[in-house]
Amino acid sequence: MLKKKIKLDFWFWVKVFVVLVMLAFLIYPFGTLITRSFFSEKTAGITFENYLKFFSKKYYYSTLGHSLFVSSVATVTTLFIGVPMAYLMSRYNVWGKKYLHILIIMSLMSPPFIGAYSWIMLFGRAGIVTKFFSEVLGIGLPSIYGKLGIILVFTFKLFPYVYLYTQGAMGSIDSSLEEAAENLGSNKLRRLCTVTLPVIMPSIAAGAIMVFMTSLADFGTPMLIGEGYIVLPVLVYNEYMSEMGGNAHLASALSVIVVLCSTLVLLVQKYYLSRKNYVMTSMRPPKEIELHKGKRVLATLPVILVTFVGILPQIVVLISSFIKTNFTGFVGGFSLDSYTTIIKRLGTNIRNTFVFSSVAIVLIIMIGILISYIIVRQKGFTSSFLDLLIMFPYVIPGAVLGISLIVAFNKKPIILTGTAAIIIIAYVVRKLPYTVRSGSAFLQQMDKSVEEASINLGVSPMKTFFTVTARLMAPGVLSGAILSWITCINELSSSVMLYGGKTSTISVAIYTEVVRNSYGTAAALASILTVSTVVSLLIFLKISKGKVSVV
Amino acid sequence: MSHAVIIKDAVKKYGDFTALKGVNLEIKPGEFFTLLGPSGCGKTTLLRMIAGFNSIDGGAIYFDETMINNLDAHKRDIGMVFQNYAIFPHLTVEENVAYGLQAKKVPKNEIKTRVAEALKLVQIEKLKDRRPNELSGGQQQRVALARAFVIEPSVLLMDEPLSNLDAKLRVQMRTIIKKLQRRLGITTIYVTHDQEEALAISDRIAVMKDGNIMQVGSPEKIYKKPENNFVAGFIGVSNFIPCEVEGEKESAKITVENAFALEKVLKSNYTGKAILSVRPEQLFFSETEGIPGKIEISTFLGDYIEYEITLDNGQTVQLNEYTKDVSSVRKDGEKVLCNFNNASISVYDEASGEAISC
Repeated sequence: MLKKKIKLDFWFWVKVFVVLVMLAFLIYPFGTLITRSFFSEKTAGITFENYLKFFSKKYYYSTLGHSLFVSSVATVTTLFIGVPMAYLMSRYNVWGKKYLHILIIMSLMSPPFIGAYSWIMLFGRAGIVTKFFSEVLGIGLPSIYGKLGIILVFTFKLFPYVYLYTQGAMGSIDSSLEEAAENLGSNKLRRLCTVTLPVIMPSIAAGAIMVFMTSLADFGTPMLIGEGYIVLPVLVYNEYMSEMGGNAHLASALSVIVVLCSTLVLLVQKYYLSRKNYVMTSMRPPKEIELHKGKRVLATLPVILVTFVGILPQIVVLISSFIKTNFTGFVGGFSLDSYTTIIKRLGTNIRNTFVFSSVAIVLIIMIGILISYIIVRQKGFTSSFLDLLIMFPYVIPGAVLGISLIVAFNKKPIILTGTAAIIIIAYVVRKLPYTVRSGSAFLQQMDKSVEEASINLGVSPMKTFFTVTARLMAPGVLSGAILSWITCINELSSSVMLYGGKTSTISVAIYTEVVRNSYGTAAALASILTVSTVVSLLIFLKISKGKVSVV
Repeated sequence: MSHAVIIKDAVKKYGDFTALKGVNLEIKPGEFFTLLGPSGCGKTTLLRMIAGFNSIDGGAIYFDETMINNLDAHKRDIGMVFQNYAIFPHLTVEENVAYGLQAKKVPKNEIKTRVAEALKLVQIEKLKDRRPNELSGGQQQRVALARAFVIEPSVLLMDEPLSNLDAKLRVQMRTIIKKLQRRLGITTIYVTHDQEEALAISDRIAVMKDGNIMQVGSPEKIYKKPENNFVAGFIGVSNFIPCEVEGEKESAKITVENAFALEKVLKSNYTGKAILSVRPEQLFFSETEGIPGKIEISTFLGDYIEYEITLDNGQTVQLNEYTKDVSSVRKDGEKVLCNFNNASISVYDEASGEAISC
């Protein structure tokens, strides 16, 4: 038969460009990281020394155990909170449902370490609640530091993942399925356990996996609240910082181990989902059950309670940013001192955060729209390759991506370390998936014939893309881009690896301020992030009109 | 200028599956030509190859003498009406119709007059400032139509354009399309799975099945003289009855169930088992001779009565009787004899399904 000819058209060059970008900023850095992990300062040639060191010293290998432990426990606790929340919210006429839903999303979107920081302010050694209990009531509270604190913070920050996935699935289950079970003589509880839950299990599992992966990769929370309880990403950071100078061999090996863990989890999930995928045609979504008075209160109360605890860190941060402080901590009374201090001292950080994120978001939109189009409309080898590759940043913790960029670009001919460029690159690579996922999901539902109609009327494919397709994709891409934006301004784990004297961001400053016990300024900085996040989130909800999910 | 469209040995493959197995067609300039067939027969695949949205994996397609295999879709000068209309949702009706003219760099004032004319032709001139989401299905269909022919393409392609409309609107639009095509004289290739629509609208029809052309001809010829039992079954309703054929081609003897015999002129000599096809309206009740059977159920449908009859061999056939020709409806369970004229039947080779009668 005829040989397939490669057409040197517009999309050919776009593919070349996109693949080159991916090669340069994702595959090459990570390849370098893997290579690095097999070398050492002391020995010449390839060596397993770094890996042997990790698995032979308790200080090192215990961190892997710690990571897996806190992530597993957090996954279980979020399941216990998220699933019942979803059930109550989707089946009963809970009061203020709409607002509670938004608040739950907000607690997920908060800066990753604000949770840890607020819990410390409340229950830490010098925490308000701790002091109250010990000074007024004479009761000593258990320490919030260590694994308990990590799990607590993860639970209330990440349960929204489970909630959102489960709630989405519960809303789309066909009510006749449950009616059939009832009709066959099942009581409510039996029906829930034998029909409803098994059918939505894949969605619950997807939410649980998100919790596991996020907590496995998180750096900020365990760094702040973990203290002696060191998890793997924190070890990566410590090792890299102690080895400063770019010879991050052990840190590289640790990074490879982290990525292997999360890849393994992702593969298990894919395997599980491929075996249990129920295609549901929801003809009639389940009806909300009208509860009255007492019962309605009973259904609403737990939801409000959990939502409140989830959103508490942001409330604490906002309030405390207006409280007078001195070098010993909060001293009470209203004041804007914290804000004036940060504007004087940390204005650059604020500027950096928004400038870096803005540049990153422009690049993300441009590259994201092209990749979404290739994945959906230009099926073939390149498309599958990009589709797979775009999932990769999900499994790479920020700290690991940071290190891989450093080892790749810290020597001639390209030295990017310490520049703004390297931080922006990290943002783009790490946050691109949100935009691509949302953009491609949107494009998937868009009829191809609209583009064909344009081409058919004599407009070239390239011009059609810019005048018709890109224009129509805008809502999908934009709502994804807002999520990218929110996570960009809150990004800590890669920034903390990559920042230099002039390129520090808000989140890095919060981290350093907290470490220096300068809580007032940290609270003010965090408030700026929180407010920016909330505003962005509200814009997102407005644009997506609930069509595109946040997870 | 309308083109002739010539398709030579066109092949389309999707992996191991061959969607189009060497199709040959010659469509005359100005002709209204329909590709008709069940879903999966390759009709849309062929249409999209002509449009340039599907690659041509073998053979060639010509517009007059020019081979267009490697011509980009946007340079083919084709108008196309899509199944779901594909109206640009972000443009008004007027902007939608003007889109192709702008791409051709037609002067602005000329665009205005041509768009106005086109909208008038499809009777939606009042809707020109509306957005697509404010239009009904039928109105969107008209916009799609106007957008396709306003650029005066040399070939107009239509991919099941009426399938998303309700029955009444479908009939109305089909007349509009037919009149418009006559007036503009653009070579039109129309895809549908609805045989009634194909018969009503086309100059010629190609019936397709599994990537092959089964028959090409005028609607009348295809209905009256199906060249194979697939076409006989797909176009209209046919009763297929097993029979024995014996004799010379000038006058072969055709026997059904050892009970009923008639003579028929064949294309060539044939002896052995065959299949006879007869339309329900060509079957009639006889008091003296015919294939014996019993009325299973009768359905009164106004202008005609439809009888479901179980023949003595167990087979079910359909017989239609015009109400104006009879005085009463026969009762269920009545024993009857089914007869037909030898001119109104076709006989097919049992194995190949090809027609053996003339």
